[in-house]
Amino acid sequence: MKRPARISFENVALEFPGKNGPVKVVDNVSYEIGNGEFVSIIGPSGCGKTTMMNMVAGFLQPTSGRVLVDGKPVKGPGPDRGVIFQEYGVFPWLTVRENIAFGLTLSASKKPKAERDEICNRYMKLMGLGDFADAYPKMLSGGMRQRLAIARAYAVKPQFLLMDEPFGALDAQTRAHMQDLLLQALQTEGKTVMLITHSVEEAVYMSSRIVVMTARPTRIREIIEVPFSYPRDPSLHEDPLFGQLRSRVRSLVMREYAAQARQTHETTD
Amino acid sequence: MLKRAVLLLAPWFAIVAAWYAIAYSGFVNEALIPTPLAVATRFWELLTQARLPLDIWMSTQRVFLGVAAGITLAVPVGFVLGWYRQIRSFIDPLINFFRALPPIALIPLVVVYFGIGEFAKVVILFYASFFAGVIVMYEGIAQISPIYVRVAKTLGATDWEIFRKVIIPLTVPHMLTALRVALGVAWATLVASELIAAQQGLGALIQNASSFFQLDIIYVGIICIGFIALAMDIAIRAFTRRLVSWQDRIA
Repeated sequence: MKRPARISFENVALEFPGKNGPVKVVDNVSYEIGNGEFVSIIGPSGCGKTTMMNMVAGFLQPTSGRVLVDGKPVKGPGPDRGVIFQEYGVFPWLTVRENIAFGLTLSASKKPKAERDEICNRYMKLMGLGDFADAYPKMLSGGMRQRLAIARAYAVKPQFLLMDEPFGALDAQTRAHMQDLLLQALQTEGKTVMLITHSVEEAVYMSSRIVVMTARPTRIREIIEVPFSYPRDPSLHEDPLFGQLRSRVRSLVMREYAAQARQTHETTD
Repeated sequence: MLKRAVLLLAPWFAIVAAWYAIAYSGFVNEALIPTPLAVATRFWELLTQARLPLDIWMSTQRVFLGVAAGITLAVPVGFVLGWYRQIRSFIDPLINFFRALPPIALIPLVVVYFGIGEFAKVVILFYASFFAGVIVMYEGIAQISPIYVRVAKTLGATDWEIFRKVIIPLTVPHMLTALRVALGVAWATLVASELIAAQQGLGALIQNASSFFQLDIIYVGIICIGFIALAMDIAIRAFTRRLVSWQDRIA
């Protein structure tokens, strides 16, 4: 029996208005993400992968086709879909604790003070922010800010986690640490995840499936199953099978980068 | 601590020293440059025996009323202009047109429409502080990163919640900056506003003194304006630091 899809793209296309008429960014994408899957979307930068995520998040509507979450077309953003941005977006005027509690003070997921505190404490601990409860974000490093953003998203108990290059601004060590932290958090509280990334390593290490997108207008180039089971361990990076998979994804992505470079060349000529 | 005090006072001493140097250099007619001591003596005399406290009180009151009215209007107008790009593109030329008009040029019209009482003087100060404040407000608001609104939406915030819990906290620092700039501009416009038949006020003091060529009194008036404006600015900055301590500052 086929499990019902949680997120589905049905013949989705999206155009942006441009100087010389509409520019097609996403071209006829059909894809389904099942419950508890961790799907990475990878492709050349600027190809339109973020646009795909923005349609699921509810920031953009497809020009044609439908984007469904649990069978219903996405109308707008909502607390069922937590979004993590590359630039963190932690609220600078609130302390760590207040940032995490933010969603719980809104009418959509209002909780009494005692329960809010309890939830804050839980996610501060999960994300290793316990010692910084009353600090303002300006005191935090990039990695800590992103942990805060994740804790804040988790606090409203979203069923989905949509992440747009969440670790892109972090140095390599912090990035690796964040990947493990996130995988751990997902072990504790499962979510259906869509991760936009251009790191092949990250995609292979974290996801259960990888969708390689083409250059713009973006289409699905290939879908790759990642056979490793969870929980994953950093030693996986040394696994020969991991290496093979990484090479395969990398060569696919590189080909799309090359295609994109040719396109840009043609249009500038 | 001591080093800080020295650094803080050094430029003031340098100015006083330069002032003495010019006064005694012989390059300028001595009658045209009263010495700092003469000015200080005159200051003390005016403060204890004559009108200075009342002048300070009247001027401060006018500046306060003008700025209060100007900022009260500048905050909502600046907010709308900063937030709605379309409105801004129509209104921006208008704002810059009026902003460029020197308040002194408007005095004849203000006298015609508002008379020569207190109200007319406050209108001039209102005008000056509104346009200074509104520009600071809307430039600040226009630079607010849209990411905070997007994040709030993904956490389930309604439009009203976004306004209350995201936009307002982000607006506060710009309001305080607008207030600072407006106060500075209002003090700078004070003398012009007191050209309108003022009997009291630091501007009036300066103008009266100028009719009698009392240079020392002119210096007293100017220095008072400078120091009161400085004191207010320090007060607002201290207040700002407390209120928006979350802000990331380079220095």
